[in-house]
Amino acid sequence: MSKVDPLEDEKAAPLKERRVAVVARRLHISTLTVNIALGLVAIFWLVPTISLLIISLRPESLFGTSGWWTVFTAPSQLTFGNYTTVFSQGFATGGVLNSLITSLEITIPATILVALISSLAAYSLVFGFWRGRDMIFLVIVGLMVVPLQVALIPVVQFYRELGNLFGLNPYGTIPGVIIFHVAFGLPFGIFLMRNFLTGIPRDLLEAGRIEGAGEWKIFYRIVLPLALPAIASLAIFQFIWVWNDLLVALVFLGGNVHTPLTIYLYDQTRSLAANYWIVSTGAVVSIFVPLIVFFSFQRYFVRGVLAGAVK
Amino acid sequence: MTSIGAEGSTVTAPKVSRRRGWWRKNWISLAFIAPGIIWLLAIVVYPTIATIRFSFFNEAATKFVGLHNYASVFSTDSILTAFKNNIVWVLIFPFFVTFIGLMVAVLTERIRWATAFKAVIVMPIVFSTTASALVWRTVFDLNPHVGVVNAIEQTLSDWFRTPGAYPLNSSIGQTAASLASFNAQGGPNGTVISKSVVHPGGTVMIGMTRISAATLQTLGATTPVSPHKMSGGISGLVWNDFSPLQITNTTTIVSDEHGLPNLRLSLVSSKGLSVASTVTNSSGDFSFSHVARGSYHVEIQSSNFQNAFEGTFWLGSQSITPTNGLNQTAQSLLSVPLIDLAMIISYIWIWAGFAMVLIGAGLASLNREVLEAAEIDGATEWQKLRRVTIPMLAPVLTVVFVTMVINVLKVFDIILNMAPGSSQGPATTLALTIYNDGFTGGIHSGVASAVAVILFLLVVPIMYWNLKKIKG
Repeated sequence: MSKVDPLEDEKAAPLKERRVAVVARRLHISTLTVNIALGLVAIFWLVPTISLLIISLRPESLFGTSGWWTVFTAPSQLTFGNYTTVFSQGFATGGVLNSLITSLEITIPATILVALISSLAAYSLVFGFWRGRDMIFLVIVGLMVVPLQVALIPVVQFYRELGNLFGLNPYGTIPGVIIFHVAFGLPFGIFLMRNFLTGIPRDLLEAGRIEGAGEWKIFYRIVLPLALPAIASLAIFQFIWVWNDLLVALVFLGGNVHTPLTIYLYDQTRSLAANYWIVSTGAVVSIFVPLIVFFSFQRYFVRGVLAGAVK
Repeated sequence: MTSIGAEGSTVTAPKVSRRRGWWRKNWISLAFIAPGIIWLLAIVVYPTIATIRFSFFNEAATKFVGLHNYASVFSTDSILTAFKNNIVWVLIFPFFVTFIGLMVAVLTERIRWATAFKAVIVMPIVFSTTASALVWRTVFDLNPHVGVVNAIEQTLSDWFRTPGAYPLNSSIGQTAASLASFNAQGGPNGTVISKSVVHPGGTVMIGMTRISAATLQTLGATTPVSPHKMSGGISGLVWNDFSPLQITNTTTIVSDEHGLPNLRLSLVSSKGLSVASTVTNSSGDFSFSHVARGSYHVEIQSSNFQNAFEGTFWLGSQSITPTNGLNQTAQSLLSVPLIDLAMIISYIWIWAGFAMVLIGAGLASLNREVLEAAEIDGATEWQKLRRVTIPMLAPVLTVVFVTMVINVLKVFDIILNMAPGSSQGPATTLALTIYNDGFTGGIHSGVASAVAVILFLLVVPIMYWNLKKIKG
């Protein structure tokens, strides 16, 4: 259907052998030059991350008086002092660990909801019989590129209206942030899941129906297990997207004292502009979780990237 | 649920009793999509329409004001600055990301450590832009003991333009001439030159002043001694002609004075040509041997007074385009603050992995036979890339490019976190304007909504293109 089918990388696998042959023939060009060039690129890409890590591991007294790179000649500089400092607050409000928990509280529900609602919707779009499915799908695809900035102000007002009508104002609360994230995660989620589900043969469903299974049972017994790779891609993508969000949290958490890590970092930079050693430590904590997710599920993440090209 | 299951077997031959049958057959399917549709209607579709409505109302959304907000958008310098910056981002960023992604994707096919390389390049995508912005804020820091970029610049600069041992304090407008004391005066181009004429076999003494005790200590300056004559050569002394004990003595050497080490000197002929050069020793002595007959002056080179490298304020708002003599509005539209470049470089670091992954997948699905044919026909590497690979990859390259355009139209986090307070205004973008106008200091829905609507209109063509692509 689209050029960036999530499964394309697998289809391409048989080509690999031939590619090796082509590459081998090209080798005379200058393998060494290519290796050196890409080596330099890799160094360029690594230096910022390494610098962040080292700054977080050097004492405050050395910051600004000697470069972090001096650590290579004097490794005794390294200390966990900054980590002790940022963790000393424990889970108390305003501490980095509190923010870590808040980030999880926002990200996990937002991810599960998007995965679940998208799968259900995609199932309906692919295997339902109601008319207008294609039209609805196109509208959803159109929504994929809507900048979330367009919705911010009315949703804040909408939340207030909910507060006036039902006494439940999600503004300034974690659910308020989640609701917004789910909405803007859905178009991509439905798109990705629908593209995947169209590849599942209808015969499988028919077999289930003949056995007397209901739609719900067919969904979670037959379709969902088959769709797990796509759900994994979607979930990882959504997780990282929500984890790294700053704007939505800034707008919808208002003055809430429990802030996710992105706001924690933003506040630290603004209030303690020069305290990079503390800010860097917080930043390392904040990238720790997505890094684990990335390295554990790299394959699925790449598929998500491939499928989500238009987000 | 069981009833539906029982009825499920009739699905293949749906000729049941019209309406009720339709509902019975489809209600669960509709129930499956209902949460998604309701969610999207409430939080995406309705708010988008509401924003369009807000953009025609005043800030408190109580009074219809027609196009007034749009008029403000195009007449407010700070919002024009945001437009300008978005244009700069759109012109530079998508092109470079696509280009770098392509180059890297093509080259990784030829290395054995491609998996590790790809992981390194892709990794920044999973960092929050907030964290990445902080990382790059330190990378570009003005202090060469913090920022790698300035540290490298300083090293290179010191290489080519060695700072002098006696840097002038430019903040108080110090000049080299003002350091001249005994038998010395300011020469051309920031040099200091001896007043007296000297011939081979003669000596020359040059007194300087206002040299800090700290500098002398660092350089290991020692007590000066009167120079000895040397036949056929010129010898002399440069010393700090200032004694705390004998403040008024400015003509002779006093015991607590110091010679000036490491000064680069030139011997200048009567025609003004530099014929020899030397460096003073720790007691300020120097000598030129084998000097031809004639009359000479001794010159203290200007490089001795050069300041050390002061660094590039990468995160500053100084314009890299000429803006002299422009009025405020024209400046908003035409100046490109240096920090824009620093941020674009950082953003490329974040997103190049994305381009590489997409283009790499495109490369893997290319028809290799065409490339092989080109190779057999004797095409060079560059020709193959330019004439075969890029045209065949055009659809993928377009997807990457367009995605990156959408991305930078909404660019926000990196500016908020990377630009120091003084650069926030000059580096602002549309998305940042919406946040600042709309949410800081209470909700103001008028102008912020107008900017949001414009942002929306900018992505509509992309939405259309996207839909056409999906429909095939």
